[in-house]
Amino acid sequence: MRRFLRESGAVARVELIKLIRDPTELLSRAIQPVLWLVVFGQVLAHLHGSEVGGVDYLAFITPGILAQSVLFSAIFYGIAVIWERDLGVVHKLLVSPARRSSLVLGKAVSAGFRGLVQTAVISAIALSMRVAVRHEPAAVLGVLAGVLLGSGLFSTFSLIVACIVKTRERFMGIGQLLTMPLFFASNAIYPTELMPGWLRTIALLNPLTYLVDALRGLMVGGATSVHGYGVDFGVLGVVFLALVAIATRLYPTLAE
Amino acid sequence: MESNLLRGASRAQTLASLPSSHEPHIGFSIERHSQRRFATSLRQLSTMGTLARHSSEPRPCGILLLMGSADSAIKASQLTRAFGDLTAVDHVDLDVPRGAIFGLLGSNGAGKTTAIKMLTTLLAPTSGSAEVGGFDIRRAPAQVRQHIGYVPQLLSADGALTGQENLLLSARLYGLPRRERAVRIEEALHFMGLAEAADRLVRTYSGGMVRRLELAQAMLHRPAILFLDEPTIGLDPVARHSVWDRLRDLRRDYAMTVLLTTHDMQEAEALCEELAIMRAGRVAVVGRPAALRADLGESASLDDVFARYAGPGSGGDGDFGGVAQTRSTARRLG
Repeated sequence: MRRFLRESGAVARVELIKLIRDPTELLSRAIQPVLWLVVFGQVLAHLHGSEVGGVDYLAFITPGILAQSVLFSAIFYGIAVIWERDLGVVHKLLVSPARRSSLVLGKAVSAGFRGLVQTAVISAIALSMRVAVRHEPAAVLGVLAGVLLGSGLFSTFSLIVACIVKTRERFMGIGQLLTMPLFFASNAIYPTELMPGWLRTIALLNPLTYLVDALRGLMVGGATSVHGYGVDFGVLGVVFLALVAIATRLYPTLAE
Repeated sequence: MESNLLRGASRAQTLASLPSSHEPHIGFSIERHSQRRFATSLRQLSTMGTLARHSSEPRPCGILLLMGSADSAIKASQLTRAFGDLTAVDHVDLDVPRGAIFGLLGSNGAGKTTAIKMLTTLLAPTSGSAEVGGFDIRRAPAQVRQHIGYVPQLLSADGALTGQENLLLSARLYGLPRRERAVRIEEALHFMGLAEAADRLVRTYSGGMVRRLELAQAMLHRPAILFLDEPTIGLDPVARHSVWDRLRDLRRDYAMTVLLTTHDMQEAEALCEELAIMRAGRVAVVGRPAALRADLGESASLDDVFARYAGPGSGGDGDFGGVAQTRSTARRLG
């Protein structure tokens, strides 16, 4: 266990250093959620003119946009891994005696750092637009836990895709192909009750739905988790562990 | 003695399949104990070669199975890897003596990199086996990894980190105790002449410095065996010589065995005591550079040896992928 922590820690630490040293990527990633909240959210709030899920529309989509930006930055994580493969970094990691699972988990944790920064940025934007963002310690910790878990989940998913496609060009195509359906087939910007039956079924199979659901209840005053936090975190946790197990098997094939 | 004889016999077996025999070269300069042992085994093997060729049933597999590998750092037997229809490495036998600098040569696509990937546990063999540092690459890959260091062909040090941070990552991944990390890193930096540059971002390093940093990373946990894939590709002559010097020092000071791939004959001549030239996945010839040259005639160069054995067979000028990769490496090195 200590060895596991040391190895994952070593991988995550490196990513953290790089992130702090060169935060341009973080800043550029903050632009998209601003557009969604300030432009899309405000305009649609007028269109609706009514409450969604017990809160006004802007408050409703705030956690959805946070989950979306977690998804969008995590899903392209595989690009970095393919880049590392082309450089020989993956080979070097895999020749070390570190356990494969530690390497995969270290990568997942480092994707979480980005998510934490996005949480801060989106909370700040939402607050400036008078969204009732909850600030009790338990709720904040819950949001952070959800964001870490979600980032880990989608970045590990991305790692698996990278292990399968192995080239940047193919990955870019597939990345685009995956993100939009995952986003639209979820409760991020509209409640699942508005969906036709087939789409609702897909949304219920989409882990993003459970991330949004948990974040909505924890982040916005007056909103509630539809499925309950136990189900939300349970689904996210189980899917994450399953993906880590698959990625642990596939990661070594990157060096072949 | 018996195990020595057996070892000699198996090495002779490899030689027996060569186009011509190799005479022992006694005037080989001997500096170190390990080299002396190596030279002895070479002499022995050519004597045994005669025996093996005359004996009625030289079964290399049987002999290999019986043998202990006490004096071999790497021993591959019938190592094979196929990708679909293509057999990249085809029943390769290799025996790298402890403490040697051993060169694996061949054109692009001859199977060098695939062979190294199998020996470093990155790739599972289709058939055959190998022992590295006394551990089986299939049955004990984790132990193999603990005992080897590896420098990939591409520049794999992280440019966004300092030299020190790169080393710290390796130290943690290799599980060096906290107390030892600082000492070892300090020592490795000095050994590789990088102490001054330790706190600079690696992207500001020259190509030669990056290579030396990677060697520092690979030596941190004192591996018994160091694998280097094209260690000086794309480096200028000064940087190349500094890498060579460091490799010789590593062998001298830490008794490391070095296995490197190259298609630079000057490098093979300067560094390696023994060479194996691969062609189309097979080992075409094994021997000491001087012996291989002498074999082709008085004025033969190692380039001639390469042309003779690596030949225009498979690959020829190298496949497109190989060339593209080499060029991009060279470009990144500036």
